[in-house]
Amino acid sequence: MKTIHVETTINGDATEFLCAPDESLLDVLRDRLGLTGAKEGCGTGDCGACSVTVDGRLVCSCLMLGAEAQDAQIETIEGMADGETLHPLQRVFLEEAALQCGVCTPGILVAAKALLEKNPDPTDTEVRYWLAGNLCRCTGYDKIIKAVQTAAAEMRGA
Amino acid sequence: MKYVKPESFEVASQLLQNESGTSRILAGGTDVLVQLKAEMVEPDLMVDLKHLPGMQDITAENGGYRIGAAVPGAVVGEHDGVKAMWPGVVEGLELIGSTQVQGRATMAGNLCNGSPAADSVPALVTAGAMARVHGPDGARDVPVADIPQGPGKTNLSKGEFITSIFLPARPDHAGDAYLRFIPRTEMDIAVSSAAVSLVLDAAGTCRQAHVAVGAVAPTVRLVEKAGKALEGSQLDSDAIAAMKTAVEAACNPIDDKRGTIEFRTKTAAVLAERAARIAYSRAGGQS
Repeated sequence: MKTIHVETTINGDATEFLCAPDESLLDVLRDRLGLTGAKEGCGTGDCGACSVTVDGRLVCSCLMLGAEAQDAQIETIEGMADGETLHPLQRVFLEEAALQCGVCTPGILVAAKALLEKNPDPTDTEVRYWLAGNLCRCTGYDKIIKAVQTAAAEMRGA
Repeated sequence: MKYVKPESFEVASQLLQNESGTSRILAGGTDVLVQLKAEMVEPDLMVDLKHLPGMQDITAENGGYRIGAAVPGAVVGEHDGVKAMWPGVVEGLELIGSTQVQGRATMAGNLCNGSPAADSVPALVTAGAMARVHGPDGARDVPVADIPQGPGKTNLSKGEFITSIFLPARPDHAGDAYLRFIPRTEMDIAVSSAAVSLVLDAAGTCRQAHVAVGAVAPTVRLVEKAGKALEGSQLDSDAIAAMKTAVEAACNPIDDKRGTIEFRTKTAAVLAERAARIAYSRAGGQS
């Protein structure tokens, strides 16, 4: 299979890579670029563990080809902290123990950040529906919803 | 597999027509990539059309809207004009998948995937939406209702693909709605579904009614008799009963663990009634 040369921007850095035509963006991130924060849970868009944003839109990186990333602006969990300073969502998830095994956490953080950028003051129901595509088999979701709300309040300056 | 971004619709059509093996068209990819992963299909050619003119645009046209075939659900859902004019179409589209899936999935893809349970299709059918199809002989406009042929199959020929979907203008006193039954609250496939589009006169009497059902036949089905049953009424109980009888008569569902024939048939009629009442209220009628 002929490899494809792709130029893109990941977490603000101009990046180029070669990939197979049928290789998912998730596989490119993990196996070619060493960005292993996005996880493969299902590989079919059901679990959200591979969530990233592409041109500001929340997507499953398993449901996109690496080749489709040409000229895109991609944000992954690796770009969420500012140097050593964690994003409020990351910090609150730790403080409030909104995770157990942690496999779903990068996807949930990326998805929650996208939500709060669009809607800084969501209801619990809005958080639950927004995160319906992020499966967590440990927490029962309650602590996740609470942590998102705590971080949202902090980010609103409340 | 070869991945190609052709420079025009004409070249795309030629590529697809000349491909002797299996080809797939890539818009949002939320069905195609799942099929790839599951090894349900191993395409020799993947044609990405997202970059071509108009594919990512929503444009006002003749009082309605033309929606490019690569416009994702999330973008349609943020478009105030489309939402105000065709709320039932938008609510059907937005029921597909998760927030992440909405970031990629398209109406044209939902249509071409050929699922009888496709959530965006019933309301497109009741809206009288037209698909613009590009092919070896140029472009033609086809009613959305004529695109699906059966589960996983469309009536498009080799070398043809959809480039946009046109939602026509609306007169005053018009409304539409879409409802589906799923055993959960989110992220599921319709067990049965119904869309209704109504145009009322100033007194609140239905002058035009379209009813379509999903997941109860090999394709989404426009039930003409059900629409006729509502016309001339203000959704009184006789008209609703006649509409539901027509819907049930049009159902020919499969029987599986997600829903029996009886259940799918009955719920399709109940959903059609509820969707009709929502559409009526959106059209400004008081019932």
